[in-house]
Amino acid sequence: MDITTFVIVAVIKVVVVVFILLTGVAYTTLLERKLVARIQNRWGPTRVGPFGLLQPLADGIKFILKEDMVPDSVHKALYIAAPMLALAMSLISIAIIPFGPSITVGGTTTALQITGVVHANGGLSDINIGLLIILGATSIGVYGVALAGWSSNSKYSLLGSLRASAQMISYELALGLSLVGVLLLSGTLSLRQIVDAQGQAPWWGWLPHWYIFPQCVAFFIYLMAAYAETNRIPFDLPEAETELVAGYHTEYSAMKFAMFFMAEYMNMITVACLATLLFFGGWRGPIPHSAPAIVQSLLPVFWFALKVFFFMFLYIWIRGTLPRFRYDQLMAFGWKFLLPLAIVNIIVTSFIVAWRA
Amino acid sequence: MVHEILFVIFGLICVAGAVNLLVQRHPINSALSLVVVMASLALIYLLLGAEFVAAIQVIVYAGAIMVLFVFVIMLLNAGVEERSTGSKVALLLGIPGVIVLGCLVGWIMISNNQRLGGIRINTADFGDTHNIARLLFQNFLLPFEITSVLILIAIMGAVVLGRRSS
Repeated sequence: MDITTFVIVAVIKVVVVVFILLTGVAYTTLLERKLVARIQNRWGPTRVGPFGLLQPLADGIKFILKEDMVPDSVHKALYIAAPMLALAMSLISIAIIPFGPSITVGGTTTALQITGVVHANGGLSDINIGLLIILGATSIGVYGVALAGWSSNSKYSLLGSLRASAQMISYELALGLSLVGVLLLSGTLSLRQIVDAQGQAPWWGWLPHWYIFPQCVAFFIYLMAAYAETNRIPFDLPEAETELVAGYHTEYSAMKFAMFFMAEYMNMITVACLATLLFFGGWRGPIPHSAPAIVQSLLPVFWFALKVFFFMFLYIWIRGTLPRFRYDQLMAFGWKFLLPLAIVNIIVTSFIVAWRA
Repeated sequence: MVHEILFVIFGLICVAGAVNLLVQRHPINSALSLVVVMASLALIYLLLGAEFVAAIQVIVYAGAIMVLFVFVIMLLNAGVEERSTGSKVALLLGIPGVIVLGCLVGWIMISNNQRLGGIRINTADFGDTHNIARLLFQNFLLPFEITSVLILIAIMGAVVLGRRSS
């Protein structure tokens, strides 16, 4: 593939992925409102378009048209930079996520991943530290929240951001350690290779070779830590409206508030993608061999999207079901329960891996 | 060629961040300049082909340690620093000292250019995760473990100091 084609294909991939991601974010908010409404025996948004389907569009227009206020006593540069940082860091992660093997359109073969590469012999590869890049982007994303609260110069914002950064740092440990079990089994940090490692022959002939089964403890820890990382119920202490008005984004309005909102939902999607890739076999699923080539290359993306949708549904379901933790309970749960459990899981897994080797 | 250009760009950003760290009067601005320094260092590691070290640099230094710094600055609500007029000793000895040191380092680098040589990246898997792991857990296992004990002692020291005040 010459350099011009490469650049064109890369740009097309970036545009398509970002478009789908932003649409996904918009419709996740609608899904959330609809589902929570049904759980609480209401209808949710119904007025804009059929079944309220155009509601995200109306919300977007509202956010753009609202007055963009900057309060008087904020630290202006950081106040403006914080939402950008949060959004940028949540956008970066999606570049690493593989959505499927590869696709051939008009004689050009390309990987279904922004940073994926197709070799001359047809082999696929991606960044060999993909998982670490996602962890790095999440840890830089903490700055967005921390600086937003501090630069707003308001007590509710500051308390919210202190809670948020403390919570994110604490649960990042459990999150990182929960991934180690999967890494021990697969022996690689590349997301594509981790998914390939889950494509081996099924256990006992019928159970898919997904890491959820040997690593169910790690999956539980990952799920809990991921909810805390994305500040979702039952861990949404940073924006507990009964105590802190709205937490770190109290002083934000219009598009700047929307940027935090989008960053939060994008992080939810990233975390769901990661759970799918690491524990649920990524894009693997039944694919009929008689189907045409284009269907065969797009069906993995469908399985991937289906699994991600399942996790998004779970997010919203839990939001509609569980109450919020108390702050000391949250910290005790993270440090005294999840962290030791993750360490025990690593020790047991490494013993089993060493015993089998 | 692209490597040299990128190296110069990120090197300049790194130095600019370091200078900005000293010049800024508000502690949070200084802390954020340090983050810029860490991030550009990570990119320089990436240019050398050490992608694992680059990722760890971002996660550990920029992501964990500097967040902690920012956190403490936020908690203490440290204000703008007050400038003193500066000491005469620093002016008389410091600036000539810096110049001499810079000249010395530059002279050694230039005169021993042949013997020092550049960094050679021979193999394709230079700096990948397996090689780093082999270095850490096989060749340099003892220093690695001793470092972790050292850090543990530092943590215990912090706990002891923290308890004494209450």
